[in-house]
Amino acid sequence: MMSRRYVSLWFRHLLTDWLTLRQPELKDVPFVLVAPEKNRLIVKATNRLTEQYGISTGMAAADARAVVPGLQVLNAEPGKAEEILKKAAAWCIRYSPLISIDGDGLILDISGCTHLWGSEHDYLKSLVKTLLAKGYDVRGAMADTVGLAWAIARYGKHKPIIETHEHQNALLPLPPEALRIEPETIDLLYKLGFFNIKQIIGHERSALRRRFGNNFLLRLHQALGNVDEPLQYIHPVEPYHVRLPFLEPIRTAEVIEMRIKDLLDMLCERLTAEGMGLRKAVLKGYRVDGKVIEAVIGTNKPSNNAAHLLKLFALKIPGIEPALGIELFTLDAFKVEEVEHKQENLWLAEGSDESTDALAGLLDRVGNKIGAQNIHRYLPQASYWPERSLKPALSLAEQPDMDWNNGRPRPSLLLKYPQRIEVMALLPDEPPRHFIWKGKKHIIKKADDAERIEPEWWQHPERHNHRDYYMIEDEKGGRYWVFRSGHHEGEGTRWYLHGFFA
Amino acid sequence: MTEARQNIIKRLQKDILGWQGFAPPSAAEKKGIGLGPIEDAFPNGIFPTGNIHEMLCAEKEQAAATSGLMMGILSVLMKNNGACIWISTGRKFFPPSAHHFGVAAHRLVFIDTQRERDTLWVMEEALKCEGVAAVIAEVNELSFAQSRRLQLVVETSKVTGFVLRSDMRKLSTTTCVARWQVNPLPSQTEGDLPGVGFPRWQVELLRVRNGLPGTWQLSWSNHGFTWAAEQDLETQYTDVQLQVG
Repeated sequence: MMSRRYVSLWFRHLLTDWLTLRQPELKDVPFVLVAPEKNRLIVKATNRLTEQYGISTGMAAADARAVVPGLQVLNAEPGKAEEILKKAAAWCIRYSPLISIDGDGLILDISGCTHLWGSEHDYLKSLVKTLLAKGYDVRGAMADTVGLAWAIARYGKHKPIIETHEHQNALLPLPPEALRIEPETIDLLYKLGFFNIKQIIGHERSALRRRFGNNFLLRLHQALGNVDEPLQYIHPVEPYHVRLPFLEPIRTAEVIEMRIKDLLDMLCERLTAEGMGLRKAVLKGYRVDGKVIEAVIGTNKPSNNAAHLLKLFALKIPGIEPALGIELFTLDAFKVEEVEHKQENLWLAEGSDESTDALAGLLDRVGNKIGAQNIHRYLPQASYWPERSLKPALSLAEQPDMDWNNGRPRPSLLLKYPQRIEVMALLPDEPPRHFIWKGKKHIIKKADDAERIEPEWWQHPERHNHRDYYMIEDEKGGRYWVFRSGHHEGEGTRWYLHGFFA
Repeated sequence: MTEARQNIIKRLQKDILGWQGFAPPSAAEKKGIGLGPIEDAFPNGIFPTGNIHEMLCAEKEQAAATSGLMMGILSVLMKNNGACIWISTGRKFFPPSAHHFGVAAHRLVFIDTQRERDTLWVMEEALKCEGVAAVIAEVNELSFAQSRRLQLVVETSKVTGFVLRSDMRKLSTTTCVARWQVNPLPSQTEGDLPGVGFPRWQVELLRVRNGLPGTWQLSWSNHGFTWAAEQDLETQYTDVQLQVG
């Protein structure tokens, strides 16, 4: 198994740092954040100055006030810490794609990330320094296991980076609370005279379990790396994901296009190797000011052709606002399908492979500009009801499963909604002699027999009357499709114009 | 003497056509697309594919007749390869009707746009695509500049385009190869048979680049265009005149 590396970040004064950034006047004032608990105000967060007086979280606010003269007591917002951590985690994406929130800090899976910054040392330095510069009092540590990184960040005294395979030695001198266990267990350990982990580790497993429980053993072995520790990452990893961080933020359209091309080349290389093509991809740009911009493209046909995909993104580039600059691009293929290798019986009949590709490319371009929902292709459907005699095709390769011909001619133009017409018919069940549409009188010279179309009862059990359709021709040669809705003897008989024949 | 002169004129006309980009027909093209006498109106006697045609249809009846004529032409154009793309803002065309004119409706791709600007953009993109047999766009008007853009695209891609124009008040010069107007004519039935016969139209070529404008009567029967013989035409034409008058 490839050895993994983790960084643990501990925000020592997360809430107070955050507040100080928003209210700079608090910078040199000792203050605490409190929340009511069992009818008392309990300190929930302290700042650096308050800590110097020995105030810690869990104290009663009244006690803290007594200790520190002029202590500012502010209300803590419930749930704020998670919110800030989530934002911090989102920001950390430029250091690693795998980030998990862990109590009052973050865990980053940095396996294979550090070489981009030169060395592990430079990596950690850059990460911690940037956060410090932002105003957050943060401690970071790097180790082979999550547990040890967590412990070193909080209790380490010597160096923040524990070399590979050194984790056992590094863990031994640490105090028991470095194991992430319940306070009761820690108290018990101290009572029994265990002041560091070295003393514990020599004891028999069964004895430890009996005394301190399963959780203790699990935490110990997680820190030692004997047991895997699954993390919940805030950005679940897409199977097809590529990323491109920049040393210098990029701002111009030309550079953005070049970088998108690099990303697509990387993604398409992998897709081609696996015989897959993408149907939907999302490009995310992480800007210097912390905002994330997105561009989405979709294709009609799975594609791993970088040049074609770049064309689709090129249409989106004018919408990408780099503002002060983009630091990182990520590209995710959300929907991936197998590329059709063999020439299926495509609907283009004798059209060559190339022309099919060209058409799919065209429809992608158009779809990405004006919306793919505006592109339609139809297949026949087994229904005589004119509005339902066709259905939209789902893909470019879909073939009709029946003939278009259903016996009677159909009009070239069909009105979306049939329009009422005034009609004069000699006999009730005959075609009309003339009709008036939009104030113009059309005298009928020729007419075909009626075609009665019944609505399918399973579609609309009670709503529709049957329709008697007539193809009629007026004295000028205009050919129309009109129908009488309902039975000719009935009350609700009405005439409608529905279409025009060629 | 006159014969020699005519020969010279013919040869000069041929040269001019060649300079203007009308190559003499190849054997395959000589077969035509079934439009009969109308094809003679075009230079070299061939229906110009790879060009933009302008169809005027102000009324719904004209639009229906025009779509019938276009489908008849498409049935030939789409035989070789490809699809047809139809772009419009308010689509009324009913795909099942295409079957009657020998076109498989599932090879028509409809693109609905919100604005006319988008229609022309999509048309230009579609005309660039060599995998397409024909592109049809429905617009209100077409300016000279817009038509020239489209013309430049088809000169390289050789895709045939049809622009259906509905606003007759803004007719202006365009670079289109031909301006058509199709009006429905009363259908003819054999003897006294009742019912409506095969679709019949009066096809007018109002403008033809390097060709001869004219008026023809055309109908579509089962699997091809049929046209009235020369002598019928005269009488029927006067009929129409009377009716209009």
